[in-house]
Amino acid sequence: MTFSPELEARFAKLLESYPPGRTRSAVVPMLLYAQDEVGHISNELIEEVARLCKVTPLQVDEVVGYYSMLHRKPLGKYHVQVCTNISCLLRGGEELYEHASKQLGIANKQVTADGQFSLEEVECIGACSWAPAVQINYDFHHLVTPEKLDALVAELRKAQ
Amino acid sequence: MLYNEPSPLEVKVVTKRFGMPNSHSLDAYLATDGFKAFFKAMQMTPEQIVEEVKISALRGRGGAGFPAGMKWSFVPRTSPKPKYVIINADESEPGTCKDRLLMENDPHQLIEGILIAGRAVDAHKGYIYIRGEYRYLIEHMDRAIAEAYGRGYLGKNIQGTGFDFDLYTHSGAGAYECGEETALLDSIEGKRGIPRMKPPFPAVVGAWQSPTLLNNVETLSAVPAIIRDGGAAFAALGTPKNGGTRMICLSGHINKPGVYELPVGFNLLRMIHEVGGGMRNGKKLKAVVPGGSSCPILKAEECDIPMDFDTLAKIKSMLGSGGTVILDEDTCMVRFALRIMKFYAHESCGWCIPCREGTTWLKRMLERFHSGMGQKSDIPMIGELSKNMLGRTFCALGDAAAMPTISIVEKFPEDFEAHLNGQPCPYAHAAEPVFA
Repeated sequence: MTFSPELEARFAKLLESYPPGRTRSAVVPMLLYAQDEVGHISNELIEEVARLCKVTPLQVDEVVGYYSMLHRKPLGKYHVQVCTNISCLLRGGEELYEHASKQLGIANKQVTADGQFSLEEVECIGACSWAPAVQINYDFHHLVTPEKLDALVAELRKAQ
Repeated sequence: MLYNEPSPLEVKVVTKRFGMPNSHSLDAYLATDGFKAFFKAMQMTPEQIVEEVKISALRGRGGAGFPAGMKWSFVPRTSPKPKYVIINADESEPGTCKDRLLMENDPHQLIEGILIAGRAVDAHKGYIYIRGEYRYLIEHMDRAIAEAYGRGYLGKNIQGTGFDFDLYTHSGAGAYECGEETALLDSIEGKRGIPRMKPPFPAVVGAWQSPTLLNNVETLSAVPAIIRDGGAAFAALGTPKNGGTRMICLSGHINKPGVYELPVGFNLLRMIHEVGGGMRNGKKLKAVVPGGSSCPILKAEECDIPMDFDTLAKIKSMLGSGGTVILDEDTCMVRFALRIMKFYAHESCGWCIPCREGTTWLKRMLERFHSGMGQKSDIPMIGELSKNMLGRTFCALGDAAAMPTISIVEKFPEDFEAHLNGQPCPYAHAAEPVFA
C-alpha cells in the first residue's frame, strides 16, 4: 500500500522526530494521518504502518482497537459527532443527538445507505463554553440548535 | 480565533494577547514582550529558574494542582540519558476548553514556556501531545513551530545563546486516559495508553526510559510571565500557595458561558453572577461542578467560597482543571450522575479491574434507576460500589468516576428517591430517552 507523496514526506519527518530506534512512537499519529487520507484502517494499512514503524502488525492492530478515533470500517463522507457530555447535556446535547439520529435515519456509529453521513455520540470535545457542540469530520460547530444542524446537513448534501 | 467577549473582572496574564489581531503570529508575539523571558532565563542558572517558579506558587493547571517548581526540581540535574519536555495538550476533562484557546490564540507563548522549562531541566527536545480531536491545532502548532524555526527561536544555538531545542507535535487519537501522565507516556511510545506504576515518577523514568518533565499547556504558558515579571508578582495575584491566575471555563446554565482568566481564589458566586452574567432564565442555582467532571459536586449553599486548591480540598472537592459547570434547579441529578458514569465507563482503559467493572456496573445501575426501575437499596449501593473503586487503581480514573458519584448520592438523595417505585423522572426532560 502506498500513500500520497505529501503523506509519505510527512511520515518520514515524523519518524525522524523521535529518538533513534524509537520508530514505534510514530504508530498513533501515523494511523490517524493515514486514516485521514484513506478513510479507514484496513489490514493493508496496518501492515504498511507496521513496516514503516518497524513493529509487528499485531502491535499496530492492538493500538487501533484502543483509540476511539481509529476506525476499522469506512465512515460516512461526513462524520457527524454530537457531544452529549455534561456541559453539552445541560444545553440540550442529548436532544440534539436524538434529533440528528432521526434526521439522518441512523443510530450511533451507523452509516447512511448512500455512504454520505455517519453519526457518533462522542465524549467531551473541548467546546464546553460553546455548548452544545458538534464536530463534522474535524470541523467544530458551536452553539448548535436542531435547526442549525439541519441547515448544516442540507448544505453538505447539496455539496455532494 | 475562538474567543468569547472578555469580562472586565478578568486579570489577563496568559490570555493578554487574546483578541489582538494575528495574536498567533511570531511578529505579534515579539511586539508584546515575546521572548523577553527567554533571554532573561538564558542569563539565569537552571537553579535560579526553578527557584523563581517555586516562588510564583504556580500549581499544575491540568487538574492535580501539583506545585510546578517542585516538579521541575525532581528532574535529576545530571543524567546519562537525554531528557525530554512533554507538554500535555490532551485536554479532555469534561467541562474544560482552555488549552485549546491557548494554543489557538497564543502558540508562541507556549513555545517560549517550553524553552524556559527545557533550559531549567537541561532538556533539548520537546513533544506537544495534542488530542486527535484537536486536529486543526496540530497543523496550527506545526505552523507556529515552523515559524519559530525559521526565525531562529527553535533549533540549534537559539538567538546566539548557545542553547539548542527541537520541538515537535504528536497526535493522540481519542482516549481520555492518555491525559493521565504515565498513560500519555505509553501512548507517545506507540502503545495503548495504560497507566504505569509509580514510582518511578516520569521526572526520573519517563518517555523512552528517560527523565521527562510533563506539564500542562496552561502551566507552561504561565512561565514566560513568571520569569519576565518575577515569581513574586505572579504569586501576589492569587492566594497563599496558590499563585497567579487561572483560566476558568464557565459552562452550563449561565447567561454568558465563556473562558475567563481570573485570579486564583476568585469567589465562585461572583464568577457565576458577575463574570458569567447570572443564571440563565432567572433560575435558581442547584449545584456546581468546580473543575471538571472528576470533582465532587458542590451544592448551591457551598458555593460562597474562594476558588483555590486548598479551599476546595478543605470542603472535600477539588479545583481540578478549571472546567466550572453550573447546574440550575431543573437539573435531574440522577441523569447527571448517569452521564458522568457513562463517560468513565467508556474511557476506562480496562487495566485495573475495580475501575473497568465498577464503572460499567454503576452505569447500568444508574441507567436502571433513571428509567424508574430503581430500588431503595440501590441508593446506598451506588455509594458503596463507588467507594470500592477509590484508591484501588493504578491511576486516578477510578477515583475520578467514584468521587463525583459519591458526592451526588450524598448531597441529592431526594433526586434519587423521586425516581423510586417506577415513578417517571420528575424533571422536564423525562420524555427524552436516556441513551445506553
